[in-house]
Amino acid sequence: MNKKVLTTPIKDEDLEDLRVGDVVYLTGHIVTCRDVAHRRLIELKRELPVDLKGGAIFHAGPIVRKLDNGKFEMVSIGPTTSMRMEKFEREFIEQTGVKLIVGKGGMGPLTEEGCKKHKAVHAIFPGGCAVLAATQVEEIERAEWQDLGMPETLWVNRVKELGPLIISIDTQGNNLIEKNKSEFNAKKGPILEKIYSQVSFIK
Amino acid sequence: MEKQAAVQSLTDTMAKFTAYIGKHLPTDVEKKLAELRAKETKPLAKAIYLSMAENQEAANRLDRPSCQDTGVIQYFVTAGARFPLLGELGEILEEATREATRTAPLRHNAVETFVEKNTGTNTGTKVPWLDWDIVPDDDGVTIDVYMAGGGCTLPGSATVLMPGQGYEGVAEFVFNVISSRGVNACPPLLVGVGVSTAVETAARLSKKALMRPVGSHNADPNAAKMETLLEDGLNEMGIGPQGLTGTNSVMGVNIESSARHPSTIGVAVNTGCWAHRRGRIRISADLSYEILTHEGAKL
Repeated sequence: MNKKVLTTPIKDEDLEDLRVGDVVYLTGHIVTCRDVAHRRLIELKRELPVDLKGGAIFHAGPIVRKLDNGKFEMVSIGPTTSMRMEKFEREFIEQTGVKLIVGKGGMGPLTEEGCKKHKAVHAIFPGGCAVLAATQVEEIERAEWQDLGMPETLWVNRVKELGPLIISIDTQGNNLIEKNKSEFNAKKGPILEKIYSQVSFIK
Repeated sequence: MEKQAAVQSLTDTMAKFTAYIGKHLPTDVEKKLAELRAKETKPLAKAIYLSMAENQEAANRLDRPSCQDTGVIQYFVTAGARFPLLGELGEILEEATREATRTAPLRHNAVETFVEKNTGTNTGTKVPWLDWDIVPDDDGVTIDVYMAGGGCTLPGSATVLMPGQGYEGVAEFVFNVISSRGVNACPPLLVGVGVSTAVETAARLSKKALMRPVGSHNADPNAAKMETLLEDGLNEMGIGPQGLTGTNSVMGVNIESSARHPSTIGVAVNTGCWAHRRGRIRISADLSYEILTHEGAKL
């Protein structure tokens, strides 16, 4: 099976046939962008120091080492919990024109709406696989908003075949993790009923 | 050994051990993940398990923290009352954290609250977080190092049930936490449950439960039975690795408990992600040490 590789800048037509559960890889640029960067853009109305039109963001706070020549080395970079950015993401997509949001776990109805309206996708990189991802970073080209500290700095990474990226919200607004969660919740009741009858320890 | 040299020696050991824990999973967790991977049948879930294994191999080969989120460092100290450096141990662990942060390197994860500034050292007010148990007739110390990332810290929940809700209420609470919030916490999870009187006692026990080996059981037969029932029940939900569905959901459920007030059942849930980075080291009075959680570990 051929690897499906997205390349930045990403166009609407690159994403239109992707559906939740599909696996893709990314070549080009991806910028780390998490809690405070979202808050600064949306709530504090500060302009982002990077152009994300057609671009990709990574909900991630990496470990980075500063080298003697002033460059930065990516040591370890994995996704953080995307749901923390749910509150901001719809507006973030609208304002920046970002096309690919990479993170961990699901996101909610606001992001679904943003993805559907502005033709963007959310994808899951396997959580905890941070050295795997670091080996797919060719270079940290820039570091913006370094005042935020190592986890929150906007690290501009050039990557080669970053992945696997599992599409979790597609351009039609389908949401893989929400669908999975409703399946888990549907199973919960009957399973608990079986357990209840065996844990009546208070007699 | 002069006291100063002894302090330096133990600081060095603990810094190296702390850095090591960020890069290598304990043997019990590695074995459990291999077992879950072998049992998995769904193609996407199998691909995720493969990525996990590749990641751990790369972390080992490149000598790097396997997950970028190396947590707020926690030390669970079980100290003999006659351990020679008992009074110095707190400062030693703080310095070890600073040193490991530089050398590993670890991510800077200590943000001073209200000031809202990252200290850049992984130390700060009450950080590293120390938990103490004192053992009367002992001259050594056993220390658990734990690195919990934000992801598997987020589901943490505690509540106080009325006795009428019983252990049925405990089971329901555990399932609600895992099905709603555990999905984002990098499953397959190790689930720690505390059953006690109040939120803080249950919460501490739920974290201590995560220090117990995967596959171990509570000494009480009813508690052990409940561990198995919850583990089997959660697995039946089929959460799979990363919540992408699969044959299983968890690495296990560990319950720790205390006696309780007759009017309350305090219950708490803490989750450990698949990259459950904890390690136990036993240090003798002469500062020689043995690593108990990682077979073949060398500092």
